[in-house]
Amino acid sequence: MQYSPKVMDHFANPRNVGEIAGADGVGEVGNPACGDIMKMSLKIKDNVIVDVKFKTFGCGAAIATSSISTEMIKGKTLEDALKVTNKAVAEALDGLPPAKMHCSVLAEEAIEAAIDDYLKKTTGKGLEKKKAHKHDERHEH
Amino acid sequence: MTKIYMDNASGNPIHPVIVEVITPFLKECLGNPSNLHQFGRVASDAIQVHRGHVADLINAKPNEIIFTSSGTEANNTALKGIAAAHKKKGNHIIASQIEHFSVLNPLKSLEKSGYEVTYLPVDKYGTVNPNDIRNAIKPTTIIVSIMYANGEIGTIEPIKEIGNITKEKGVIFHTDAVAAAGNIPVDVKECNIDAMSMSANQFGGLSGTGALYLREGVRILPFMEGGIQEGGRRAGTENIIGIIAMGKAAELAKSEMPQRMKKIQELRNQLKEGILKNINHVCVNGHPTNRLPGNLSLCIEYIEGESILLFLDMQGIAISSGSACTSRSLKASHVIMATGVDAALAQGTVLFSLGINNTADDVRFVLEKLPPIVERLRQMSPLYNQNK
Ligand code: FES
Repeated sequence: MQYSPKVMDHFANPRNVGEIAGADGVGEVGNPACGDIMKMSLKIKDNVIVDVKFKTFGCGAAIATSSISTEMIKGKTLEDALKVTNKAVAEALDGLPPAKMHCSVLAEEAIEAAIDDYLKKTTGKGLEKKKAHKHDERHEH
Repeated sequence: MTKIYMDNASGNPIHPVIVEVITPFLKECLGNPSNLHQFGRVASDAIQVHRGHVADLINAKPNEIIFTSSGTEANNTALKGIAAAHKKKGNHIIASQIEHFSVLNPLKSLEKSGYEVTYLPVDKYGTVNPNDIRNAIKPTTIIVSIMYANGEIGTIEPIKEIGNITKEKGVIFHTDAVAAAGNIPVDVKECNIDAMSMSANQFGGLSGTGALYLREGVRILPFMEGGIQEGGRRAGTENIIGIIAMGKAAELAKSEMPQRMKKIQELRNQLKEGILKNINHVCVNGHPTNRLPGNLSLCIEYIEGESILLFLDMQGIAISSGSACTSRSLKASHVIMATGVDAALAQGTVLFSLGINNTADDVRFVLEKLPPIVERLRQMSPLYNQNK
């Protein structure tokens, strides 16, 4: 199992690490496959993600996928951010080892949870329909 | 780039003396040891001499050593071969929950073919209680298989006590001594061991070579069938170079053992004390004193082992981790879990395993590099601030 140079770059120099004080939406999700945790916080203005930070307890792939997904959703509208799939995240990293695909699912779910939290706080109800959770992908290896 | 190897539990670097010893044999025309001509004789003589060294290391007789391709093969051979040869007597086998997969998986397949296996728990240090073994033995019990020492957490098991019980009860005692043999004194006669697995690359020999000690008189069915090499107990042309290397490594290990143990243990203790002093929320796995000299297994709280491993690797330091994320099965180490460590903490398991290749400079370097890595990962961890 080898990580791509891009994964190693995001792992060694993760972008947007931390927590946003007074965040508009916070999502914390756990990984049932291996027990790891990812927390995303968002600053949202006029339906656009203006800032995003993450904290991750997990492997190299989990840290790298958290890092790159923050870059991918920054500046996007909520609708567009929700369209970022774990596959797109993995592709942006030049691929992940098959056994590590489930870590990218965690990133996708963390974004979704944070947006859901924001909508609950602002509109009183969360996401209309959550994307089906892709737990099955965790065991494709 | 810095190269510091602290993953000796996964296999040792080849001892430089071994390279010297095997080189002339690599250049010579070696015959098949089964053949009578001069080329065959050179090979079979070399095997005999080095078989003697392996036997000496553990106080066995040369004809009690069966060379194999690995410790894994030795474990498979012992369990499946002894179980098959004793089927008439019974079908019950006792092992611990912290055995290596090369013991656990053969046992699983024996279970499928009608054997019954009792997996004994261990205490928080990873020690098997000999009384549990006594209580688990029943008339159908044929084998007790308990590892000599655990390579992951370092704990040395009460082998002598277990050997006394199995001898008294007339049950065959197999021990997986892959982590122990060549690293700490092992005496098969004193401990009443009937069968014992070893691996050459755990004490400076070549990978691809192992041995099974089988006490004279213990019946076994061969695992590998074919010719009558190894007294008919393991077919296949011998791995001549590997056997020579293993024999020489055994001879060196025996003569240098006290100095090696002292040196490695001192370095390990320096590393341990340094880490405990400079990093908080760290606990040591395994038995506090009764442990392999080079083993330092730690749980570093709030962070995950693979990340630590990768950051250390960037600094040129090689270690291993028992975290779920590091394993291909995405399960935390069964050994760590059996000692009762909770799942989140087990994610932070790292193993520094030191050997004769390590120096005080290596330890200093690790002590300089590790704390900032841990701090960095903790700053990234959602668990850290909540718990501080
Ligand atoms: S977070 Fe556990 S394997 Fe990636």
